[in-house]
Amino acid sequence: MDLIWLIPLLPGLGALVNGVAGVRFFSKRTAGLVANATMAAALLLSLYAFWQLLGLPAEGREHTVRVIPWISGIPLALANGTIGMFSVPWGFRLDPLSGMMILVVTGIGFLIHVYSVGYMHGEPRGAYARYFAYLNLFVFFMLMLVLGDNFIVMFVGWEGVGLCSYLLIGYWYEKKSASDAGKKAFIVNRIGDWGFILGMFLIFSTFGTLDFRAVANAAGAMPVEAAGFGTLSLITLLLFIGATGKSAQIPLYVWLPDAMEGPTPVSALIHAATMVTAGVYMVGRNAVLFGHSPMTMEVVAVVGVATAFVAATIGLVQNDIKRVLAYSTVSQLGFMFLAMGVGAYAAGAFHLMTHAFFKALLFLCSGSVIHAMAGQQDMRYMGSLKKYMPVTYVTMLVGTLAIAGIPPLSGFFSKDEILYRTFLENKVIWGVAVVTALMTAFYMYRLISMTFFGNYRGPAWDHGGGHGSHGNGHDPHGGHGAHGEWHGPHESPKSMTVPLQILAVGAVVAGFVGIPAALGGGNAIEHFLEPSFVARTVATEHATAPARSEAETLSAAAQAAESKGGAQAETAAAAEHGAPGETAQHISWAAEMGLMGLSVLVGIIGIMTAYRFYVRAPEIAESLARRWSGAHRVLSNKYYVDEIYGATVVSGTLGGANGLWAFDRMIVDGAVNGSGWLTVFSAWFSHLLDKYIVDGLVNLVGALLEESSFMFRRFQTGLIQNYALVMLFGVFAFVSVYLFVR
Amino acid sequence: MITTTHYMVLSAALFTLGVVGVMTRRNVIIVLMSIELMLNAVNINLVAFSHELQNAVGQVFAVFIIVVAAAEAAVGLGIILSFYRNKETVNIDEMNLLRW
Repeated sequence: MDLIWLIPLLPGLGALVNGVAGVRFFSKRTAGLVANATMAAALLLSLYAFWQLLGLPAEGREHTVRVIPWISGIPLALANGTIGMFSVPWGFRLDPLSGMMILVVTGIGFLIHVYSVGYMHGEPRGAYARYFAYLNLFVFFMLMLVLGDNFIVMFVGWEGVGLCSYLLIGYWYEKKSASDAGKKAFIVNRIGDWGFILGMFLIFSTFGTLDFRAVANAAGAMPVEAAGFGTLSLITLLLFIGATGKSAQIPLYVWLPDAMEGPTPVSALIHAATMVTAGVYMVGRNAVLFGHSPMTMEVVAVVGVATAFVAATIGLVQNDIKRVLAYSTVSQLGFMFLAMGVGAYAAGAFHLMTHAFFKALLFLCSGSVIHAMAGQQDMRYMGSLKKYMPVTYVTMLVGTLAIAGIPPLSGFFSKDEILYRTFLENKVIWGVAVVTALMTAFYMYRLISMTFFGNYRGPAWDHGGGHGSHGNGHDPHGGHGAHGEWHGPHESPKSMTVPLQILAVGAVVAGFVGIPAALGGGNAIEHFLEPSFVARTVATEHATAPARSEAETLSAAAQAAESKGGAQAETAAAAEHGAPGETAQHISWAAEMGLMGLSVLVGIIGIMTAYRFYVRAPEIAESLARRWSGAHRVLSNKYYVDEIYGATVVSGTLGGANGLWAFDRMIVDGAVNGSGWLTVFSAWFSHLLDKYIVDGLVNLVGALLEESSFMFRRFQTGLIQNYALVMLFGVFAFVSVYLFVR
Repeated sequence: MITTTHYMVLSAALFTLGVVGVMTRRNVIIVLMSIELMLNAVNINLVAFSHELQNAVGQVFAVFIIVVAAAEAAVGLGIILSFYRNKETVNIDEMNLLRW
């Protein structure tokens, strides 16, 4: 476990090698091998570390490795007037939550690396190595994010995955829409990061440390802000802004659908399984902070369920296969935030894990379909693909049933846990969530129906040439139409179908770690994850105190204060609010089973409706779309959110920038130019003075001398005899004077 | 009997001839010759008084002046020759380079 720092480092090294040497010198085979080998090593190391973690006692499952100090001891003033030392080590911490995350990241990351070998084989050599360098770099930063033991290391990973997301969305940067989508994702994420950074500042100024454990313990010692809006509420709201950016929640979800411009494995890894769940992970990591701010929790839950609902409605009418999945991802992330918001951190993290399996599976399947259709993403031009690509069909069906919540697949357990916990908390939100679950089942089965059932609606192909290679996966040169002829839809190569099959198995069995007590399971994952969500020092004392909702927490706090007195008792009660383990509001076993049955029923209804609309009687869907054409148009255009943002935020920013530019041009530049003009003018004036007054005086003297000398120079005739004559007269004169005047 | 007065008259006449020559002639060579005339007028005067006063200094002076006159004539003729080569004339009115 002391080697956990190697887990992020290995993919980082892979990225370095591929990025520096690979893009120039490596063959495709070598580049793919380097990337996959580092990922495999990281996966093995993660499994080993996780195994060691399981070997520890439940309360002691936390291991911190400080690699090197990074920022050591900068004294900074804190909010309470004291001086805190701002010191940040490169520290990694393995605890149940990060343990689960590294397994998800390295496991699914490895499968997607393998898949990419097949999916990207049509790319040129340098671009291929570049792709794997980016992908490895992403895994490096993602592991840094989940393993970091303080906010700063997490933030390094947080920004790093944003960068890799930008790089990979814009992987086909020659395409304008792809580079635009990359920029959009990056900029929208920056808005969220602004909140995250402010939250970090406030945390440091409040607690004097940025270590997760220390912050959680310090926050656990503070009272729950049940009554109003305090520092913790502000911190958690700011952090949640960061989470909305990274995890594509309202109002910052707009970048995720556009991010589908990237290669499909990227969508699967970054925009479904790992990076977008970073926000959920961050909320879970700071569960104690969030638990102490009921107001923020309400905001999180409402935003989560609203996002889930809105995204699901948009997903109902999209025709691009990847966009349906993108909106589905946004919707499922909403579910995770809903879980976080109602205090069911473990359920949210559980859903994060199962979602990583089935959504990565769905994306990879869609990639397989796109591969088969030579880059076609519009489902209206697919259909009947079941007979051409059976493996993809079966695995995608498994993923669909999992996300729809059909037992015993993984999505059922996690989603049902969230719905159950929401039901205990708030009936209205629960109602919305159930409707969303219905829509989830509907649009996912709609996707399946339009893609795999019905009549083939795609372009015709030449039956003559490669007919024999249609049915099976031995045609490595069929995809993308970039090379050679397209011989119609075909099953993908082994390197793509094998990860699909493994992920399908994962999507089936991943839920079994969280079988709820009502079904006779132990809900193992919840107990496993629980220590990550509580303040350590006090959690051991009162692990099972019956405190759940805010009011109860208060009353419990009051009781505790009576019995024990002082602030310490209050902190104990506060900590229990963060502990999601045992709930007081047990409803009867029958009711729980009823809820479970309802959610299964909802899933089945959604699937049946979609089957009826899109397979049995497609005209129903069309007539519905005609009858509700207004609503259909609004949904097809994604509620015009992009347009509204474009009209308000974007053009507002542009207008502001233009205004500032004009200010710069007119006022600032004007002042500079004005002073310039002033100087030029005064210089001109001084020039005049110099020219006419000073030079004039000098010239006047010269001119006077010249004029006066004009008459005298007449004497200088140059005639020697003239001079001699004058001299003679002179001599005469002197002699005359000498002779006569004397 | 030839008295000192005769010498002085001759000297004055010669000197006047020289002065008039210098004043009136346009040919530089003539002017130079007129200068020689004036110098020799002075010489006559010096020798006459040397004889009258029985003092040899006057005659030393006369010999000295003859030497100087010879040198002066050589230099002057050299200048004139050089001028002639440049201007193809010895007219004194053309010698006006030092004019304003």
